[in-house]
Amino acid sequence: MRHYFQRKLGIYVLTFFVAVTVDWMIPRFMPGDPVQTMLARASLRPEASQAMQAYYTGVFGLDVPIWRQYLNFWGALLQGDLGVSIWLFPQPVTGVILRAVPYTIALLVPAILLSWWAGNKFGAFAARRRWLDNTVLPVGYVLTATPYMWLGILLAWALATVAGVFPIAGGYSFDVEPSWTPSFLADLARHWFLPFASLFLVGFGGWAIGMRNLIIYELEADYSHYLEALGAPRRLVRRYAFRNALLPQLTGLALQLGVLVAGALVTEIVFSYPGLGYLILQAINNQDFFLIQGAFLFIILGVLVANFLVDVVYVLVDPRTRVGMRGAA
Amino acid sequence: MSVSDADELATATPAAAAATPVTVASKVRPGREALWFARRNRKLILGLGVVLAFLALAVAGPLVDPHGPNEYVGPPSQRPSADFWFGTTMFGQDVFAQFAHGLRATFLVGLLGGGLAALVGMVVGFTAGWRGGVVDEVLNMLTNVVLVVPTLAVLLIIATYLRVRGVVPEAVFIGLFSWPWVARAIRAQTFSLRSRDFVDLARLSGAGGARIVFREIAPNMSSYLFMTFILLFGGSVLTAATLDFIGLGPTDGMSLGLMMNNAVLWSALPLGMWWWFVPPGLGITLIVGSLYIMNVGLDEVFNPKLREL
Repeated sequence: MRHYFQRKLGIYVLTFFVAVTVDWMIPRFMPGDPVQTMLARASLRPEASQAMQAYYTGVFGLDVPIWRQYLNFWGALLQGDLGVSIWLFPQPVTGVILRAVPYTIALLVPAILLSWWAGNKFGAFAARRRWLDNTVLPVGYVLTATPYMWLGILLAWALATVAGVFPIAGGYSFDVEPSWTPSFLADLARHWFLPFASLFLVGFGGWAIGMRNLIIYELEADYSHYLEALGAPRRLVRRYAFRNALLPQLTGLALQLGVLVAGALVTEIVFSYPGLGYLILQAINNQDFFLIQGAFLFIILGVLVANFLVDVVYVLVDPRTRVGMRGAA
Repeated sequence: MSVSDADELATATPAAAAATPVTVASKVRPGREALWFARRNRKLILGLGVVLAFLALAVAGPLVDPHGPNEYVGPPSQRPSADFWFGTTMFGQDVFAQFAHGLRATFLVGLLGGGLAALVGMVVGFTAGWRGGVVDEVLNMLTNVVLVVPTLAVLLIIATYLRVRGVVPEAVFIGLFSWPWVARAIRAQTFSLRSRDFVDLARLSGAGGARIVFREIAPNMSSYLFMTFILLFGGSVLTAATLDFIGLGPTDGMSLGLMMNNAVLWSALPLGMWWWFVPPGLGITLIVGSLYIMNVGLDEVFNPKLREL
């Protein structure tokens, strides 16, 4: 087991290292001077532009040898310094991002967990039940094929513009002050619901399909037939099948994390929800390269941590990992 | 089966992927038999029909409708009518023209991005699985690293710094970052195939590594490879739509994701201009959904255990 975690952690550390290197490399080795590109788009007066050029050349550290720049980059990073935002000058990028992250997490974590749980339950229930199966299959495939933002757009249009049940945009209404009062929390929840629902629905379809397929596969396995031959009740057989099918679904969850985060980002953009996705859109529109680079590192870090959590859960639920990893494998 | 094997086989079926973990040994006799089942498989026919219909629209649409996607051709914010089948945007651009051109971009991204990802995945997977040893270790490490990195994050940072953005470079970058699960699945299957008798026989007869991989091993999973390509196609389309929607799509052309981006940006939502944002999303959903359903059909055609008679 120790070996298993060491291996996994090794991969994550290596990934983080590669990601940071890419983050450092891309602005420096892409064609053109990053400082020039940035300032050309800011369209400033000449004297201001010159001052900014001097400042940003210093920030990028372009006046020292390349290996030194790389070390400086790591040094700053380890102190939590990701540079200064251009769009929200002179706020530090780390602070700007940390303010947005709670919104994204509040959206993403419940959506992932609930859709995974509900999708698995429902998929298992639908498998091998003719009528249900025939509807679940096409609906599920259409749901997983739906681009996140489009489902968000449709929900916003139907339930906010047309029906007027939910607010169409924002994290909370403009006329309330952020505070821990019930009325503000209720307002927050109303704004939270639609983006959450669109993330949930797309995920739900995928998990339901995956589970349905796995259950059918498990019910064809020898142990299922053996149990049936012994006269075990159908429910018992299905329960064993479900437990076995959960493992690949867990691996699938780890694989889907990147896609899910991407989904959350675009959903936030649809609803102008003040999370990381909305921040990234603003950063792109304002050519705020530091902010984009910072957001990139945050996303990678988040996905790596989530991957590690899935690994831990996997070891907890699969006894074979514990046995296998202690032995030869 | 050791745990790492179970793990690897499991990754061969991501959430939306093929119905069952593919049985490695399914010896598909190409030709007659598969075709017989293919013609009788409703899922396959239906899925293929929808995809081909959209392809026809993508090819013929711009020929029928002479307007460019960004031309200002009519009164702004028109509902769908006989003149403008899908209505017009807030600036009087023809939504149908945008849709048809966007479909072209969609198919191009899917074909190129999916194709490149399949190619890289196959090269890495076959090499790792066939050579084993140190080569395998290194490639496996690479695969695992690219696997956990969120594709969109990398594309985000690349697209931000690249100034010229066309559909083709976009597809290439998507392809370069979406191959890892393919490589893992193919590696696992190559491992289990390389110790079979027919591979030993080929080796005895003096065939080289590349020849054995392409003549003996690859044909045994040709159906799986084809289905993988379909999934990658769908995945590339979705990734491209996401990128375009964030505003990192083609700057000179038109795509379905860009249409949605424009619609949201220019408040089509509060204004209720549904004809602007419904077609692009519906097009993507139908194409990708049909591809998935087609894949289930193909699975039934190639895998005798799943056939309904």
